[in-house]
Amino acid sequence: MKRSIPLAIVMVGGILFIIQYFIPHQHSQTLFDYYTEWAPIVGAFALVLGVGSLSRLHSHKIKRKAKNWQYSYAVLIPLFLVPFFALIMPESLGGGMLETMGGARTTQGVFDFTYMNIQVPIQATMFSLLAFYIASAAFRAFRAKSALATVLLLAAIIVMLGQVPIGELLGKWFPKVGLWILRYPNLGAKRAIALGVGFGMLATQLKIIFGVERNWLGGAGE
Amino acid sequence: MTETIGLWVAALFTIGIYSFLYKENPLYRLSEHLVVGISTGFGIAVTYAQVLKPKLIEPILSGEPNAWLLFVPAILGILYITRFFPSVGWLSRYPMAFLMGAGMGIGFPLQMKAQVLRQLEASLIPLYETGMSWDIALGNVVMVLGTLAALIYFFFSKPHKGPFFGTGSKIGIWVIMVGFGATFGFTVMGRISLLIGRIQFLLGDWLHIIK
Repeated sequence: MKRSIPLAIVMVGGILFIIQYFIPHQHSQTLFDYYTEWAPIVGAFALVLGVGSLSRLHSHKIKRKAKNWQYSYAVLIPLFLVPFFALIMPESLGGGMLETMGGARTTQGVFDFTYMNIQVPIQATMFSLLAFYIASAAFRAFRAKSALATVLLLAAIIVMLGQVPIGELLGKWFPKVGLWILRYPNLGAKRAIALGVGFGMLATQLKIIFGVERNWLGGAGE
Repeated sequence: MTETIGLWVAALFTIGIYSFLYKENPLYRLSEHLVVGISTGFGIAVTYAQVLKPKLIEPILSGEPNAWLLFVPAILGILYITRFFPSVGWLSRYPMAFLMGAGMGIGFPLQMKAQVLRQLEASLIPLYETGMSWDIALGNVVMVLGTLAALIYFFFSKPHKGPFFGTGSKIGIWVIMVGFGATFGFTVMGRISLLIGRIQFLLGDWLHIIK
């Protein structure tokens, strides 16, 4: 009941939908349509689990006055305020983007303001922060210590210079060679990796369907 | 007025994140926590507006034909919440099993097609055709042999010795290194362009030092 039925559901569902792919019948399509309609609904409830865990973690931190507990308010307040403002102003939910009409904003409010002036800049800056760390990583990776490291270094430099105007100034061949590296040896390596990943995923999917891989069951009661 | 305040707030948080380059500080920690809260809040709003409301709540409330069937995914979804109660936590395996089983079944043939068959098909190309320039012909040879060699490198069931597996895996690692170099170069470029974007925001939009 606790483990066998979920494992049976996975096996029956997995086999059924593999067969479904090969039988283009109306009933089989109806089955597929039901799944594609239901899966997002079931998946949406998983968000409750995530939000519940996050809220519990931070409310415990505040209650216990754990280290840096004050910052937990910075998680909890927007966590509930953002959906609240989105609900009372559903028109602003179009991806959080400001809609403009003749230069004037048509949707204004806390939801848009939070998204455009806090969320977007923080996320963009966090990713750009990696430029500094990647520079130091590049320095370590690109030290031509061996022949293989030299190849890595050369490929990276040619590809980078091939993408910027200074590359063309240094040599007309830079963009062409950069593109050639991207199109052929890079594609060969990527394709081999994609095939390896593909075979790995297929094997894992079969292992899950046939109950060999059971880690997804977690530890909630044996 | 709102736009000016917005600019200042965005600039404050941009500087807050960059301040981490010196050391961890309260402004950075505040920004870090805010982004978690806001993005999760945004996730809740979007999930409700784009999934639960149009696909579950509205069809049930408007009494669409067969809407009662939607109680099945709703009940399955609610079972996730049992995870919070250890005595009945095992019930949360049912919605997971529903998503995993059917998801794996649907994914298997698609994965086989996209990740394996299409890749193999794209690798089986004529190396040379009349009128083909030398760089394309050379590229085709490098790409086809490179794919094969890199696959040999990732094949660990046989020792990498001998003319086929030994030489193949050696060529494979060279091809992989070129691929990694190209990818790394691309990633560096992407991050640098993001950095340029933020600096343009600070010096242009906010301080008006540059145009």
